[in-house]
Amino acid sequence: MDPAIRLSDVTAGYAHDVTFSRLSLEIPRGRFAGIVGPTGCGKTTLLKTILGTHRVFHGSVRLEGAPVERVRPGAIGYVPQLGSVDWSFPVTVEEVIMMGLYTGRSFRPWPSRKERARVRELARRLGIHDCLHHHILHTSGGQRQRAFLARALASNPRLLVLDEPTTGVDIMTQHEILHLLGDINDEGITILLTTHDLNAVASHLPWVICFNHGVVAQGRPCDIFTSEVLTRTYGGDIVIVRHEDHYLIASGTPLRFSNGVH
Amino acid sequence: MEALLEPLEYEFFRHGLLAALLVGSLCGVIGVYVILRGMSYVGHGLSHAAFGGAVVGFTLNLNFYAGAGAMGLLAALLINRVTRSGEIKSDAAIGIVTTAIFALGVVIISRVRTFTQSFEAALFGNILGITGGDLLVIALVTAGTLCAIFLMYRPLLFSTFDSEAARVSGIRTDIVQLVFSLLLTLAVIASMNVVGVTMIAATLIAPAVTARMLTDSFSRMLVYSWILGAVTGVGGMYLSYFFNAASGATIVLFGALLFCLAALLRQIRERSLLRANLHRHGSLTHAHVHPSGHGEGYHGSGDSPDAIDAGAHPDPALFEAVQGHDGRRHAAP
Repeated sequence: MDPAIRLSDVTAGYAHDVTFSRLSLEIPRGRFAGIVGPTGCGKTTLLKTILGTHRVFHGSVRLEGAPVERVRPGAIGYVPQLGSVDWSFPVTVEEVIMMGLYTGRSFRPWPSRKERARVRELARRLGIHDCLHHHILHTSGGQRQRAFLARALASNPRLLVLDEPTTGVDIMTQHEILHLLGDINDEGITILLTTHDLNAVASHLPWVICFNHGVVAQGRPCDIFTSEVLTRTYGGDIVIVRHEDHYLIASGTPLRFSNGVH
Repeated sequence: MEALLEPLEYEFFRHGLLAALLVGSLCGVIGVYVILRGMSYVGHGLSHAAFGGAVVGFTLNLNFYAGAGAMGLLAALLINRVTRSGEIKSDAAIGIVTTAIFALGVVIISRVRTFTQSFEAALFGNILGITGGDLLVIALVTAGTLCAIFLMYRPLLFSTFDSEAARVSGIRTDIVQLVFSLLLTLAVIASMNVVGVTMIAATLIAPAVTARMLTDSFSRMLVYSWILGAVTGVGGMYLSYFFNAASGATIVLFGALLFCLAALLRQIRERSLLRANLHRHGSLTHAHVHPSGHGEGYHGSGDSPDAIDAGAHPDPALFEAVQGHDGRRHAAP
């Protein structure tokens, strides 16, 4: 069986620099994986390459065996970074979810009864049915993330890609979102996300890819979250404290203040 | 009622009224996408390019619409092309492309002085000089644009809100952008003789921003803006008749007045909601607003609920009420 994602010998970047070169990576179907790495290491470029929205200089990207440019509309669900969303845009939560149902087959502006039912079903499942008619600005960080997740799930995707879903939300919301993604993954949907939150990844994700202009290491967090791998990934001292199944990952030496406050 | 019917006895007024109604509807609908796609300056720039094109067309013995249309379209394509790489922002591209074409028109006019009179209508609008042919062009462009917006409602909305996700969903956002640029160009050219090059931007933007003040839903904003555009056109025409003022400018001023009223209405509504929220919590000392929007939660115009929680009160008087008389903010009971 073809893997969910296969990058073969891919080189990608921009006009003046190459972000990563000769990258080969396979992610099997049904995997729940996170990509971690420092800012500017190419995580977002890698994600966009997998989504087919970033042109590659060399190599091929295939999703479940098909070239990414020929994948059926809706086969990939995408949740952008919440920081990139225009929150003043006049859309309700319902309208956001409804966008995910567009397949290019209908020219009718208003949704069908079936589409409305699908939106309600997704909203109930993700716990946001109470705020369906609220403007997106008037929802909490967790509800916003769930609204975009519902939009991504609306087209029944085989692959779900999320760009930093744990950024900008509190620790409990992070926990809820990652558990929700775990439940979605249990239904057989492959999930790939990027994050800066190593602690959340270590305790919630079964598979991690350490990335810095190429794959530094990949595997289960318990196997690859070592000082050596993380130092190679981030280029600085990383301290890892393990307690039962929990990790606390910190970087560098704590600041000492001259006024005696530590 | 008689006062409203009286001007209809004149054919020039009937033509002007119909033109204002059609252009108002057209700009009302297109304007929603213009402001949400951050293209407010594009409408302004395209009208200048179309003016330059009309002058060039005149020297080549071409029809007004052919010259204006060709140059407007060329400007739209050039702006798209220049901004595609992302290195040059759209405002800079509009500044160079459309102003250069406008300057070309001005140079030609300055060389052949007899043009000056002919193009005043395009610059400042001459709604009372609208001919049957002009009306036909405006009607065709309005009908075509409304049909296109109707059929492309979903891909246009998705690509306007989140272009990257729309592309992942299989929407050809480049084609959507191109078609929209074409529709905008047609709308600008059809409106040029009605409100004039100098005032098209306001005609495009005013109904849409007024509608934005009245709703948080995209579909409602589109309908409100459509209606407001038509009301602005018709209302402005009557006001210009009663006050014997320039029609294009009166339409724009009436649109600005409606915007001020909508902004005031929104502010009053926000204040009353905030007051109601303060009272609901049993004390004016608790200014908490539920981010999840239970009941009539926060309905602000840009600040996040967190900003309100942090004490960023929009109204100093209310902030004083939330504070105790000793000047410090009290904790919620």
